[in-house]
Amino acid sequence: MLAEFFFLLRKAGLRVSITEYLTLLEALRARVASVSVDEFYFLARATLIKDEALFDRFDQVFAAHFKGIEQLFQAFSAEVPQDWLQRQAELLLSEEERQKIESMGGFEALMEALQQRLREQDDQHHGGNKWIGTGGTSPFGHSGFNPEGVRIGGKGGNRRAVKVWEKREYRNLDDSVQIGTRNIKLALRRLRRFAREGAADQLDLPGTIESTARNAGLLDIRMQPERHNAVKVLLFLDVGGSMDDHVRVCEEMFSAARAEFKHLEYYYFHNFIYESVWKDNRRRHAQRIPLTEVMRKYGPDYRLILVGDATMSPYEISYPGGSVEHWNDEPGQVWLNRLLRAYPHAVWLNPEPEQRWGYTPSIQMTRELMDERMYPLTLRGLDESIQGLRRPVAVTALAGAPEPAP
Amino acid sequence: MSSARFAGTERYVATEDLMMAVNAGITLGRPVLVKGEPGTGKTQLAEEVARSLERPLFEWHIKSTTKAQQGLYEYDAVARLRDSQLGDDRVKDIGNYIRKGRVWEAFTSEVQPVLLIDEIDKADIEFPNDLLRELDQMEFTVYETGETVRARHRPIIIITSNNEKELPDAFLRRCFFHYIRFPDAETMQSIVEVHYPGLKQELLREALNAFYQVREVPGLKKKPSTSELLDWLKLLLAEDIPPEALRASDKRAIPPLHGALLKNEQDVHLFEQLAFMHRRNAR
Repeated sequence: MLAEFFFLLRKAGLRVSITEYLTLLEALRARVASVSVDEFYFLARATLIKDEALFDRFDQVFAAHFKGIEQLFQAFSAEVPQDWLQRQAELLLSEEERQKIESMGGFEALMEALQQRLREQDDQHHGGNKWIGTGGTSPFGHSGFNPEGVRIGGKGGNRRAVKVWEKREYRNLDDSVQIGTRNIKLALRRLRRFAREGAADQLDLPGTIESTARNAGLLDIRMQPERHNAVKVLLFLDVGGSMDDHVRVCEEMFSAARAEFKHLEYYYFHNFIYESVWKDNRRRHAQRIPLTEVMRKYGPDYRLILVGDATMSPYEISYPGGSVEHWNDEPGQVWLNRLLRAYPHAVWLNPEPEQRWGYTPSIQMTRELMDERMYPLTLRGLDESIQGLRRPVAVTALAGAPEPAP
Repeated sequence: MSSARFAGTERYVATEDLMMAVNAGITLGRPVLVKGEPGTGKTQLAEEVARSLERPLFEWHIKSTTKAQQGLYEYDAVARLRDSQLGDDRVKDIGNYIRKGRVWEAFTSEVQPVLLIDEIDKADIEFPNDLLRELDQMEFTVYETGETVRARHRPIIIITSNNEKELPDAFLRRCFFHYIRFPDAETMQSIVEVHYPGLKQELLREALNAFYQVREVPGLKKKPSTSELLDWLKLLLAEDIPPEALRASDKRAIPPLHGALLKNEQDVHLFEQLAFMHRRNAR
């Protein structure tokens, strides 16, 4: 039972090692956890998972695997209370949908279908997929009725029985870090800029010899600060829409960058840069951060990296009100120019294959705005982009054709 | 192996999963790695574990310049060189220039000690790897004298991290891990109760409300944490602020004595802006 759980965890992309598995067995043998399933859950989590960002994924696998077995612990009843579902559904469904429900054979049948769907989701999820809302054609889907919400809430109605792993409190933390980012890390390493800053704690040998000689041979120690990677990076990531095809490579890039740079700040945007960006995709409409704020907060010593496919309608770049999501008073190119003026060391990484760039006008426009500093999001492109970051961008794009800086 | 168990103290509210991680670490003699937002009581955990189990505590605070070797011992070659130039007799025994580090001190403790390695992520990326063998085998060799130092009792090791750097896998594999979540309102209430027993219920409720509202504000550079809440409550008590003043504060959006909660001028500025917009909207 535990070995199976171990392999399920690995299948879900959690890199649990044999040492950790053995530690868990050892701890169980030493009776660290008693018979309660809660205690076992806490112990397993503390032993096997070493990153709070992965807690959510662990919770999901745990829930999926121990679902049938939990009766052994005799802790909870597994059914979702019917009346609760009904209440919740009435809250969420519109008049139109309610009529549709009638046409599907009434509420009871629908609830059965829903429970069926919940079970299916669980099974699929076994394979390590994320739970996503049911498709657009589903009777539950478009109103944002989240099956997982039902499950959680269902348990919530019966307060004592809430299972920690089913609450999935760590949902927001999972940044789905992919493994195999080492190559990217190595490429990013080229961006390192060493500087001697901070406390003097290393022997400056030439300095010591010189000053000892001046001191008539009596030892005079000279110290100097250690070299540190002093580069600072500001990362802007395009999310949603056409970027969905490139999620994996962007995640790799992001997690590699996070590991590599001490000073890394990241923001998200959609399609193009406008007056505001955001930090948390779940709350993108509620928590927008003005771009001016970003430019005020981080000094010009930051290197700017924009990641996006720049594939959109040209209006989204050049016209006020062109944004697909909101009304923008000023065109996107004005904002990009402001950003480039604040951070002259900038590149744009594009996950679209380079051959296709010529056929997309918006990519051409963005490239011009970026003073040709657009690179494909491949290892080679990363290498080149790091060369590109060394020279400042010439921001004259709006006035006329730019001359590259010498 | 040890049979001691930690169950929180009268001064420290430990959640169930935290206790589990600590007890697993104690029982199996492995390090416990504690992560979490600043100010959620990571460092305090070690103090409380030491206090409740009545063990001596050795604290090793890590800075960006700390090297793993410094925790074991340091050989002060410079002092020896100076002494040799001045013809000091001490110079003949190299042992005079070996200074014990915190790990060494913990290893020689008479009873099983608690060793706190605080903010391990501050140090260089290689730092945790350099300590692997020492924490595994609980012994190390002093190269200068050839002496092998072995732990008399396997210390209870608590390591804290603020998540500024990712820690190497090989190191993580040997630890139990716990992430201190920011406490929910209920836990927070019991934490406050532990620190200020008998605080007026009404004041506490209003203060917690205001506190969580502040935390909800988007774009704060530094969200106030538990320790800041406790400081703020102390101030509120000292100034004898009535609960009503706190309730009024969500209209004006900036709580009284906010200096204890907001620690940089950008955040205060952001708050003033919000307060201004709030008043304008209310009109």
